[in-house]
Amino acid sequence: MPYDRDEIDRSPAVEASLNPVSATLQPTAAAAVSVRGVKKAFARFPALNDVSLDVRPGELLALLGPSGSGKTTLLRSIAGLEFPDEGRILFDDQDVTFAAAAERGVGFVFQQYALFRHMTVARNIAFGLDVKKGRDRPRRAAIAARVEELLKLVELDGLGQRYPAQLSGGQRQRVALARALAVSPRVLLLDEPFGALDATVRKSLRRELRRVHDAAGVATVFVTHDQEEALELADRVAVLNQGRIEQVGAPDDLQNHPATAFVAGFVGQANRIEGEVRAGLFRAGALELDAGGVAEGAAVAFVRPDQLQVAERGLDLVIDRIAGSALVVELESLDASGRRVEIALPRHSAPAFLARGTTITVGAVAGHVFPAS
Amino acid sequence: MTVLAPQARQPRIGGEPVWMRTLVIGVVVAFIVLMLVIPLIAVFAQALAKGTGPFIEAITQPDALSAIGLTLLTAVIAVPFNALFGVIAAWAIAKHHFAGKSLLISLIDLPFSISPVVAGLAYVLVFGLQGWAGSWLVDHDIKIIFAVPGIVLATVFVTFPFVARQLIPLMQAQGVDEEEAAITLGASGLKTFWRVTAPNIRWGLLYGVLLCNARAMGEFGAVSVVSGHIRGVTDTMPLHVEILYNEYDFTGAFAVAALLCLLAVITLVAKAALEALAPEVSGHAV
Repeated sequence: MPYDRDEIDRSPAVEASLNPVSATLQPTAAAAVSVRGVKKAFARFPALNDVSLDVRPGELLALLGPSGSGKTTLLRSIAGLEFPDEGRILFDDQDVTFAAAAERGVGFVFQQYALFRHMTVARNIAFGLDVKKGRDRPRRAAIAARVEELLKLVELDGLGQRYPAQLSGGQRQRVALARALAVSPRVLLLDEPFGALDATVRKSLRRELRRVHDAAGVATVFVTHDQEEALELADRVAVLNQGRIEQVGAPDDLQNHPATAFVAGFVGQANRIEGEVRAGLFRAGALELDAGGVAEGAAVAFVRPDQLQVAERGLDLVIDRIAGSALVVELESLDASGRRVEIALPRHSAPAFLARGTTITVGAVAGHVFPAS
Repeated sequence: MTVLAPQARQPRIGGEPVWMRTLVIGVVVAFIVLMLVIPLIAVFAQALAKGTGPFIEAITQPDALSAIGLTLLTAVIAVPFNALFGVIAAWAIAKHHFAGKSLLISLIDLPFSISPVVAGLAYVLVFGLQGWAGSWLVDHDIKIIFAVPGIVLATVFVTFPFVARQLIPLMQAQGVDEEEAAITLGASGLKTFWRVTAPNIRWGLLYGVLLCNARAMGEFGAVSVVSGHIRGVTDTMPLHVEILYNEYDFTGAFAVAALLCLLAVITLVAKAALEALAPEVSGHAV
């Protein structure tokens, strides 16, 4: 039974030695934002349950989770729009737990953008500078110059005199981003930044956000329920579930070393195969997988489509649909109990006899095994 | 097919057959003409029946002028007062969560659901000579009932819901996102109100103020109870109309009534003009 030992062993020492890049990136400076043991309940329904998280200076961090996982509450707590029941929030080692939102110096981009509808684009972007008090307020010419600079940054030059109602969804999103950046925030926070956009605009704005983030160099946290978005865009991803952080890591880490069954199921597009662990080996029918360190008894294995391959012994599957690209043949198949299993085979190694209705036997080259909860 | 045939022959607009549309619109127009337009015309016709001379004479009598003055004074006090408290109440209700909020919403509607006469009587009970505060007020030589303060108080009570009722749904629909955005950008609470909330509600506020003003000038029931009908002192325009009518001075009564109508018509024209200017007042988002 071939398997990839590296993917199973998750001891920190091994992980660090395997991942020298992330090891050298350990920050020496204070975290831009540090969330420590934060708890928050709404009408006794717990939204955040002892959450701790560090946002490193200049990084782009995604808060990923299903709806109701507490990700937006965490973002709003960092912004000062909600206040934790317990725990502390620090910006650069300065305690801001109960500081008002106006004093924190954050840039917040709302899901529906929340542009000031009665102001032009330029006035919207200038707002944060306009409301500064007395000596802190830049001169009018300086504000105008900053607005021009930001319009250029988000590629909206020449649209300063429009009103929000005259813009497309993607343009409004850029205005919201420019407005949040105008005050040179200590941290930029975005709530589902692409949630209200259609798929094509969404894709191009993702790259846009990455570019703007890199140009501004500000620590950025964004909330999303879309794992593809989080993995593509973020330097690190924090996976939330039911008010707890399940795992924080680089996109590759989450894929290769999911810490919990939830992460494995939510982040990867993995097949979920139920079975049993006996003597360090996971079995589901004739399919076997190394499960060193997993408790004996009922268990569940998460196996990505590319971790399955045609084998002598393993799961017998009936092919239901064949698709794919130049590089990969993608099969949707059904196991004996009718559960759907996805398989991705490199085209060069795919058997020639594949057709709808034929039965193939697959084994797992790797996978992640967790005790059944 | 025979069942479908008549339908197929009927040209349909907006889903209903034409005869149905014509009938519904006809009923509405007939009702409005019969119940609203004809009486309104009758008031002006009666007022001007003996020519413009008697009309002008009737509305320039000292008692009439005093009634006009008192009505304007009442509106000038009651309308800004209710505009201010309407905005505060709507802001508190629409943008915040607190215990007893639904009770407060019901209480704001109280002046609409209660008979104005009862409201007037309630003020007499509280501030009148035999009322709870009566002897204290007499001791301090403060006159509320059968005086101008009572009239203003009764008017404020009756017209309280107009501005709040206009603004609550508007503010609820607008949500708190823009305010939150302003706060994260460093704006104080007051700046957020003046720069973000106020501009977003200005048309709704103006509309509420117009309706409030129309009712403040026209209120009869509550004012009638607390006024005491002292001619030239505590008579407002509606009360003066009744007095003249009861004295069979039809020209005078209708002249003052026509003037009241004119104020109402001006209000409605202003309202229509506002709606044309600001689409969000009539419910459309910008």
